Amino acid sequence: MTESKLGLDFKKVAEARKAAHAIASEVQHFVESYSTVAVERTLCRLMGIDGINNNEVPLPNVVVDELNNKNMLDQGVLFWLAGAMIETGQNPQQIAENIANGSLDISKTKTPDKQAVDAALKPYITQALQRIKANRDRREHYLATLGEGARPYIYVIVATGNIYEDVVQAQAAARQGADIIAVIRTTGQSLLDYVPYGATTEGFGGTYATQENFRIMRKALNEVGEEVGRYIRLCNYCSGLCMPEIAVMGALEGLDVMLNDALYGILFRDINMQRTLVDQYFSRIINGYAGVIINTGEDNYLTTADAFEEARTVLASDLINEQLALMAGLPEEQMGLGHAFEMDPELENGFLYELAQAQMTREIFPKAPLKYMPPTKFMTGNIFRGTIQNTLFNQIAIWTGQGIQLLGMMTEAVHTPFISDRYLAIENAKYVFNNMKNIGEDVEFKKDGIIQSRSRQVLQQALELLQNIEAEGLFTALEKGIFGDVKRSKTGGKGLSGVFEKGNNYTNPFITLMKERRTEA
Amino acid sequence: MSGGLYSMEKGNFNQTLDLKKVKPYGDTMNDGKTQLSFTLPVPCNDEAIEAAKQLMKKMGFDNPQVVFYKELTKGFTFFNCYGSCTHSVDFTNIHVPKVESSVMTMEETDAYIRENIGRKVVVIGASTGTDAHTVGIDAIMNMKGYAGHYGLERYEMIDALNMGSQVPNEEFIAKAIEVKADVLLVSQTVTQKDVHIKNMIELVEMLEAENLRHKVILVCGGPRISHELAKELGYDAGFSFNSYADDVASYFVQEMVRRKNEKI
Repeated sequence: MTESKLGLDFKKVAEARKAAHAIASEVQHFVESYSTVAVERTLCRLMGIDGINNNEVPLPNVVVDELNNKNMLDQGVLFWLAGAMIETGQNPQQIAENIANGSLDISKTKTPDKQAVDAALKPYITQALQRIKANRDRREHYLATLGEGARPYIYVIVATGNIYEDVVQAQAAARQGADIIAVIRTTGQSLLDYVPYGATTEGFGGTYATQENFRIMRKALNEVGEEVGRYIRLCNYCSGLCMPEIAVMGALEGLDVMLNDALYGILFRDINMQRTLVDQYFSRIINGYAGVIINTGEDNYLTTADAFEEARTVLASDLINEQLALMAGLPEEQMGLGHAFEMDPELENGFLYELAQAQMTREIFPKAPLKYMPPTKFMTGNIFRGTIQNTLFNQIAIWTGQGIQLLGMMTEAVHTPFISDRYLAIENAKYVFNNMKNIGEDVEFKKDGIIQSRSRQVLQQALELLQNIEAEGLFTALEKGIFGDVKRSKTGGKGLSGVFEKGNNYTNPFITLMKERRTEA
Repeated sequence: MSGGLYSMEKGNFNQTLDLKKVKPYGDTMNDGKTQLSFTLPVPCNDEAIEAAKQLMKKMGFDNPQVVFYKELTKGFTFFNCYGSCTHSVDFTNIHVPKVESSVMTMEETDAYIRENIGRKVVVIGASTGTDAHTVGIDAIMNMKGYAGHYGLERYEMIDALNMGSQVPNEEFIAKAIEVKADVLLVSQTVTQKDVHIKNMIELVEMLEAENLRHKVILVCGGPRISHELAKELGYDAGFSFNSYADDVASYFVQEMVRRKNEKI
């Protein structure tokens, strides 16, 4: 961004970033000394452990629970798996199966030698890295040969609750012009401390994120992408208690976009903040390595707080999320920061404020594929008015050069989208994006007018807020309810018992290897 | 699609309003005009349009018109249609169960509580079960309220606790016992495949098992909840969209007083 269309003071932006960096550093300092059961299960999956036991418990859970029950988890799953591999000569999958069927007692494993551990893990680590790299190459090959839709990418959801029916809807959406298909998860999955196994044909308002479902949808989108001559991205959700685990399953199966936001889970799912911030770090390392665009959920803050008054919290959180992502080695080009402001449509000049804030966010994060989303809070069942609300948001998206436009559905607040709802939403977006294509280049904003003043005001307030948070720390800020008017305690919420401090022998070579983009151990 | 700019259709029907035979109104009394849209899982061709028209006839529409159609994807065709409804309803013979209370303002409700109950009313609310949506319960409970109607937290004579979303029924009941709640508010936004019904029934059964059901006023709300459904599931009242904190508070304070007087 050479010059601001809003007259933004980029020195203030730099100051705000500096404060966000300090806030994120403090979190990072905490995060690096800890691991969680979800991180350890993720490592099991990276070692090739998959499948379920007789009670349908996933084997990664079996292994991690066993170590936890035997008070061995602090050294980490890789350390003990390596020990068992050295002693038994079995591979990780065989070891997991034998723990599950009771024929192997991992607590009898002798403490292995550090060098031997590294040597034992090495081939499996390389295998995992190369599989993820191969998916990245596949995407890049498709993008080079098939190409992709113009930005903003048109993002729609499928939510039939049955993965096979989702395929029908997803392929239809791709033919109609969608660029990103998000498969909505069943309500409540974010609170499960395991990932269900296999293809699923049930769920409420969506179906489970499972590795098999990822595979089924990836194959369907590859097919339809070749048919329409455009690469179709697949999106799922790795917020919740299984954040890194779902991230790794996505990386292994070639997903392109992942919801990946600890703050969202803390505020709206009451997931313990220590747990999910530790989980988020490793999940973002994986997403960064896999070339996956992450989406953050700031646009949801204002569903609980007042959108006009609290706009600063969205920008402040975007800046913190940016720093946390950078610390996990996730580049700006993969940061789909979320930022719509759900202002009451009755608000006078509401469109101007939305426009101001969307342009402001664009200028502050010039490289990020920003995710823009029209409001769900003010959808009423009046589908005709809802269509207009979505149209106004489409106008802002093309005007301010957003990266990803999550399309509103006129039937939001009524039902999950029908095939025709999606068609009408895509038609609307394509109409607006084409009809107003270059408006952003042609139209300037009046100096010190409503739009310029609003954006400067929000930036100033966000800067002050970040400096306040810097003084007291993110954990305290969350306890005080700064974001979304929701208060969360550091030791409250779900999943805290799954957090542990790393022991002396703890090892996770993926952190460094993935951040350095290496393809072998 | 139709015969030109102006409707030349003759109004050869009785154009007097008869509340015993009410039908849709387009621009002439009793014209029955209705708009609808749907998708048929068939390819887009003349047969598909005919199928849409025949289906509309079976639905009870005269003069079915397909004004727009489009193949959404191979084998699925979308239609926008108009027709004249041949059915009617007897409006004079309709009885809908309603919450029986007069709506008071926040100040009136606070005064009513002081006068008739003489202590603060304890209310807990949550979006229970797997439902992650807080928009409904927040609109009723949060200080700020919704659409200019303050939430219960702002009432001086109400102790309001909003437990948020995805609260298991066990936890909800435990909290009700702990704070000696007078009123329980249950919000259900996700209603796909009737997930809310099972969850709502479970709460009633658990309250009964704890011998609490008759001691509390149990209210549910959500965009797809009706008072009728609420009563059917064993709740005292149900509130749908366009209900605000004043409606809910007015109901439960008057119900509390009604029950108190009943006991005397």
